[in-house]
Amino acid sequence: MIIGLDVGGTHTDAVLLSENGLERDIKVPTDTSNLFNTVLSGFDLLLDGIDSAKIKRIVISTTLTTNSVVQKQLNPVGIIVSSGPGIDPELFRRGEHFYAVSGSIDHRGRERQPINRNEIEQISEKMQHAGIEYVGVIGKFSPRNPAHEIEICEILKKNFPTVFLGHRVSGNLNFPRRISTVHLNTAVYSMHKNFFNAVNDTLKQKGLTAPIQILKADGGTMNLRTSMEFPGQTILSGPAASVMGSIHHAPADKDVLVLDIGGTTTDIAIIVNRAPLLEPVGIGRGKYKSLIRALQTTSRGIGGDSQVTVIEKYIEKTDVEQNGSETISRKKIKALKIGPDRQGPALAFGGPALTPTDAMIWLGIMDGGDKKLSEEGLTLLSEALELSIDQTAEKIFYQTCTTIVNLANQMVEQINSKPVYTVHEFLEGYQIKPQLILLLGGPASHFSDAIQKISGIPTMAVPHSSVANAIGAALARTTCEVSLLVDTERGVATAPEENFTATVSTSYRKDDAINTALALLEKKAVNSGADLKNFEAEVTEFQSFNIVRQFAPRGKIFRIKMQVKPGLIKGFSHGF
Amino acid sequence: MLKSNKKTGLVFFPAFDWAIDPTHPEREERLLYTQDQVSEEGVFDIKGIKEYKPDLVTAHEIRRTHFCVPDEATITTKSHLISAGGATAIARAVMEKKIDNGFALVRPPGHHAMRISHGGRGFCHINMEAVMVEMIRQEYGVRRVAIVDTDCHHGDGTNDIYWHDPDTLFISLHQDGRTLYPGSGFTGELGGPNAKGTNLNIPLPPTTATEGYLYIIRNTVLPALEEFKPEIIVNSAGQDNHYTDPLTNMKFSAQGYAELTTLLKPDIAVLEGGYSIEGALPYVNLGIILALAGMDYSRVVEPDYDEERLKQSAHVTDSIKKISDVINGYWHRRYEMREKAGRHGEIQERHREIFYDTDNIFERQKEKVRVCRDCAGAIEIDSKASPGLHIMAIHIPINACNACRETGYEMFDRAQKKKYDKIFLQDRPKDSYIIK
Repeated sequence: MIIGLDVGGTHTDAVLLSENGLERDIKVPTDTSNLFNTVLSGFDLLLDGIDSAKIKRIVISTTLTTNSVVQKQLNPVGIIVSSGPGIDPELFRRGEHFYAVSGSIDHRGRERQPINRNEIEQISEKMQHAGIEYVGVIGKFSPRNPAHEIEICEILKKNFPTVFLGHRVSGNLNFPRRISTVHLNTAVYSMHKNFFNAVNDTLKQKGLTAPIQILKADGGTMNLRTSMEFPGQTILSGPAASVMGSIHHAPADKDVLVLDIGGTTTDIAIIVNRAPLLEPVGIGRGKYKSLIRALQTTSRGIGGDSQVTVIEKYIEKTDVEQNGSETISRKKIKALKIGPDRQGPALAFGGPALTPTDAMIWLGIMDGGDKKLSEEGLTLLSEALELSIDQTAEKIFYQTCTTIVNLANQMVEQINSKPVYTVHEFLEGYQIKPQLILLLGGPASHFSDAIQKISGIPTMAVPHSSVANAIGAALARTTCEVSLLVDTERGVATAPEENFTATVSTSYRKDDAINTALALLEKKAVNSGADLKNFEAEVTEFQSFNIVRQFAPRGKIFRIKMQVKPGLIKGFSHGF
Repeated sequence: MLKSNKKTGLVFFPAFDWAIDPTHPEREERLLYTQDQVSEEGVFDIKGIKEYKPDLVTAHEIRRTHFCVPDEATITTKSHLISAGGATAIARAVMEKKIDNGFALVRPPGHHAMRISHGGRGFCHINMEAVMVEMIRQEYGVRRVAIVDTDCHHGDGTNDIYWHDPDTLFISLHQDGRTLYPGSGFTGELGGPNAKGTNLNIPLPPTTATEGYLYIIRNTVLPALEEFKPEIIVNSAGQDNHYTDPLTNMKFSAQGYAELTTLLKPDIAVLEGGYSIEGALPYVNLGIILALAGMDYSRVVEPDYDEERLKQSAHVTDSIKKISDVINGYWHRRYEMREKAGRHGEIQERHREIFYDTDNIFERQKEKVRVCRDCAGAIEIDSKASPGLHIMAIHIPINACNACRETGYEMFDRAQKKKYDKIFLQDRPKDSYIIK
């Protein structure tokens, strides 16, 4: 049997799955001030009367890292960057102990200016005096050549046993995001370590010997050891859990929209041929912008418990006279505003503000709560809108669904208009056309008819939709990615993330590159806790260029990215 | 998060799967290191910088500028259509005020493509800037446009297309034609009788450095722009003036390009040539982007930049000052020169020979233009390419006066089908293109 546990903003969901399907599911309120207790009470409830020796896999998804970013509770750490020419690195400063040092590597990974050892030694002393415990080191173009980061790390070693290096986080180029990512890993490390070591010890005491896996933002898992090097990867794993929980219901060869409608927010993701779409560079959302591999999700503040209010807004109306002259008039109208705030539960459940849930209860779409309380709120609003209570409830419900559908359409449009860099992709580029909508989350089933009608796309609520997130966590495969760079003019193949360097001859071919990358990927997957029977590799990027100098070919550049395809482990998908 | 001071749009289309041939300077690898530098700097994450997808220009859009022989599909590849479409995508975003300015980093280039195009010249098949400018005129009603071509090679294609158009100020800064392809663009090449002085060619001596470029911008280009008052300024931003370029002999730098961009304030910049793909392009492109976005570019310096070696010699400085004075003189006397160039209503003729180095075609042209003081004048061009076709092309300019419209149709009616393989009429006021 396997366990999936997903700590959400309001609830923590946990499921126990066997070969026969869902054996047990529980929901406990999340205590954000004590996530450790929340997790433990989840396990206690779930395992009541179960022989813990039968548990073969445990996957946990938490909001620990996300919360610390939102609440700005990151530990002060030291950050050293070496940049060379370009945008002033000072603009990417993180905290007081941020040092831009000399040393420069160019776009092909050649050293243009060496590191100044004295400078690093002085900074090291200074940080130690200031009581800094953890340091991140980031070099521009370090995925092309990590030598400077490694050299700086060697110097820091005597004062700082744990140093986080930029080239280890991703093969993607983006210096500012590399700084953010390393900073995040460095700053949440001690919190992450304390939390998971405590969870691990306690579970062991309870007789749970299966290794803990932790869910990442890309919908895959990693083991405890890997997570200690990249704790930031646990950020935004909540939306990933939900998406993974819906994959089983996504048909092959179809584009599927996944809408996770919660109380406060709706998260939107896309599944193509049973694989979730990933962000091209890393998480792209505002303050989370980083190189962390993640599912492409959009999140907006609209859900079952969003606050509904009436606002006044202006609309422009153009009247065309018969003689062709136009009159533009501005008209003040009353309009509904739904979200982004949530004041609490719906009125019907004793909450402080009117919500779409109240409208649904009034309309009989959904049962439960005190309909009288919903009616009071709707009455007030209906007076302001000069509509009947029925009309008001209809309007709230319809606008909620329309807003959600529009958000989903916008996301699809945005992905389809993403620039591409080859003629082939420009002409043949895959365009997403959703053929099915899967709904997740507590109120999901009540929305499906309306969303189907508004979107014109077949829509269904995922079975067990209120715990699909925990099911997704339980079933998520262990994933990872490798980037291999080959420069036959320079005679090297490198995968800096994997500490891999090999010499290559000019006869090195595409197949050699793919085989090398595959071997590296397999090794990395096993190290992250993957079971090779679930291993499914795919090439996500392949580029090859002739290097020509003085009008003569001098070699080739191959750039290859390979990943374990995010997906579900085998053997537990029956009965959903 | 980093934020730009201006809203700047970028189209990045490196055409990683297209080359003239594998070892040609115009090959897949050309923008690879630029992409690496721009990605590594996180440029697309800067708030205020927006990446756009290129358009695909249509035959109809090309036909507002060119006469493609035998037709558009034969002489272009999809890559040309996307490259020009990169320019139009930026132009639309600028015209619709979604962005303050923008830069199309596209390839292949276009500024050697002339009004009549039988194939490739100087790696160019269709003229991106001209196709874009005519789109702007057609769709947004813009009349006065300035194109400043800072590629190291004379922008002879753009020069040819706007040779008779007094509403387009075309200025080309380039290495002296006696020392570099295409061997034209001398100070006396000032435009046809209807547009004398709105074509300014500024040949610079080899080893001109940053100082010399900026001198010309400040003392000749900016004053002319100031007086001309264009509604839109376009920069054909070739990057082969760089000190590391393998095809040219100049000493320009990334800092210089950024400064030039800051001074020129183009609404739209379009990448043209530039073949120092590792030593120059990554830094120059970054410099131009930051300058357009109004951001600090002081640290965008090539790793091998050596101030001493890149100093301009005194005699070069002197000759640049003289060239500047000569051009300024022409500019001030432009109306006077135009009056003297011909009598209103008369037809003037010129004969030209054009070599297409990329496709190895030799073309002879006989061009007739109606001298007109009311518009850019109707034009007919008898063009014979070998190998290739013999065609007649008639152009009626967008703001044509009635007399020139009539003249254009008379020219078209007069052209005999048995004499030419094809006869084309480009009627810009009607936005139509007729083939007989």
